[in-house]
Amino acid sequence: MRQDLPQPTAGEMQPLIERHLQKEGPLLPILHSLQEAFGHIPQAAVSLIADALNITRAEVHGVVSFYHDFRDVPAGRHVVKICRAEACQSMGGAALADAALERLGVAWHGTTADGAITIEPVYCLGLCACGPAAMVDGELVGRVDAERLDTILKEAGA
Amino acid sequence: MKIYVPLDSAAKALGADAVAEAIRDAAQAGGKDVQIVRNGSRGMIWLEPLVEIEHDDGVRLAYGPVSVADVPALLDGSAETLGPVEEIPFFARQTRLTFARCGVIDPLDIADYEAHGGLSGLRRAIAMTPADIVQEVTDSGLRGRGGAGFPTGIKWKTVHDTPAGQKYIICNADEGDSGTFADRMIMEGDPFTLIEGMAIAGLAVGATRGYVYLRSEYPVAIEVMNAAVEAARAAGMLGDDVLGSGRAFDMEIRVGAGAYVCGEETSLLNSLEGKRGVVRAKPPLPAIEGFLGRPTVVNNVISLATVPVIFERGAAHYADFGLGRSKGTTPVQIAGNVKYGGLFETAFGMPLRELIDDVAGGTASGRPVKAVQVGGPLGAYMPRSTFDTPFAYEEFDGQGGLIGHAGVVVFDDSVDMLKMARFAMEFCAVESCGKCTPCRIGAVRGVETIDRIAEGDADAPELLGDLCETMTDGSLCALGGLTPYPVMSALRHFPDDFARSREAAE
Repeated sequence: MRQDLPQPTAGEMQPLIERHLQKEGPLLPILHSLQEAFGHIPQAAVSLIADALNITRAEVHGVVSFYHDFRDVPAGRHVVKICRAEACQSMGGAALADAALERLGVAWHGTTADGAITIEPVYCLGLCACGPAAMVDGELVGRVDAERLDTILKEAGA
Repeated sequence: MKIYVPLDSAAKALGADAVAEAIRDAAQAGGKDVQIVRNGSRGMIWLEPLVEIEHDDGVRLAYGPVSVADVPALLDGSAETLGPVEEIPFFARQTRLTFARCGVIDPLDIADYEAHGGLSGLRRAIAMTPADIVQEVTDSGLRGRGGAGFPTGIKWKTVHDTPAGQKYIICNADEGDSGTFADRMIMEGDPFTLIEGMAIAGLAVGATRGYVYLRSEYPVAIEVMNAAVEAARAAGMLGDDVLGSGRAFDMEIRVGAGAYVCGEETSLLNSLEGKRGVVRAKPPLPAIEGFLGRPTVVNNVISLATVPVIFERGAAHYADFGLGRSKGTTPVQIAGNVKYGGLFETAFGMPLRELIDDVAGGTASGRPVKAVQVGGPLGAYMPRSTFDTPFAYEEFDGQGGLIGHAGVVVFDDSVDMLKMARFAMEFCAVESCGKCTPCRIGAVRGVETIDRIAEGDADAPELLGDLCETMTDGSLCALGGLTPYPVMSALRHFPDDFARSREAAE
């Protein structure tokens, strides 16, 4: 396990779990809250959630691992998502993504060695008429070209 | 002075927030009285950020695409206008029913919504019996706009006729198909329309609770929808007593977690219940055993957002538009390599050729169109020889394609169709929920088989055909079942792209 992982206490996690318990189908909202607070789903949260919802730890793990959004370790300081879907490909998205991966020296889902950037594929941001599209720390960017990509990566510290 | 700067994701992605800020700053510095309205998008994405200035006579002049550098000229009146926004040809030739208010109003101003026809559909529905509401939807001919095209009225009737203590209205806003953004645009630009449609559905089938399952890739839509639900509650449009009707309906926005397959209705239900988003076998239909095992209407955003206008203008008015059994309008999303990309709402039946060559103006690159993929990653690639096909459910089906969620992605002649076929299989492998073997294993084998074709293996194309047949016949849902559409259409219509490497190998 990485040494720098934030290790929130049960006391810190419990309120984020309890706040959703009245909901119908509370597990996804709980996981979103935990990830928002800690940047990932801490391993210690799994048994707390299982107890709160009266389900097995395996079931919680099954859900966490099913969805692309949930991380078991935090991302880099900046997250760059590049759309790989067809509409962006029609505007040169694949070459752009390849260039970004090569420049950072990582594969999809990888984080640069200095922890600055995590790069992830995304399958459609709904910006299909202004592709290629990307999302940088939650901010949308349309019509990304080599120059814009360069600026994005530089600003993110690559 | 009233200035409209869209808050739509596409406009933001092209710099609308900076433009809005620059206008605010410049107005303040110049002592000008400027009111900035963050509206939805008009759907002319190549002009975004499209800024509109409203004049005293109510005419809104369009400027775009506007950059921060254009702001001084915009404010002193020296900027060149595109003319009244509604006279721009791309906009003028549309039939806007579902999207009538999108881009026109302030998305979160309920008074503005009402002033533009909002709530009149819900008021009319309140005065009707549930059975009559269902009948009105049936009469309108509305079919599921998510892609399957199932008659909405029949789905509602099943839920209406199934007795239960609790029923649900669930809006499928997991718009994961590449080339589609209509759901996003209406949720950002006219969220009350969706809320009103869901409330009418609730009255029709006797459901008091609703959920919008909204994908996490749409942060702006999530923010706007959450704010709209709160505003609707405050205005009495949601709650224990919907608009004084004495009947209850309330709803909540739920955020997905990045799984394409959750756009499939049964996997969406599992996800909403907090489970892995694996597909359920049908039957039982969600209309009978849906969310938490109770009768549930699961409809796409556009289906539900179209309900208010059907009640406002009447089922007959809506059904008058369209072609054959494809009644009404559809928001065609023109995307990919096009000159004029955006949302084009029109009656069903416009030939594909007109949409591509005329409305979209051909490719952005200026090169010839080689193929268009209609209906998202599970839709067929269509060559020019099929461009006379009218845009409608049965007509596309007859061409071995589908209109899906009405997204049209255009590719120029630089596209390698073998790569696109490989991508379709790769995408299916990444996004498969894993429940059924033809999809889970088939997609992986599909990638390998296409790689063999690329290496010149003469036996591989036949094998790919066999594999696709197995996936089509044996998959539980549309992901595995329809991935063969893009793959086989690419192989059938563009054999040269699959033979090139074979020739090279020989």
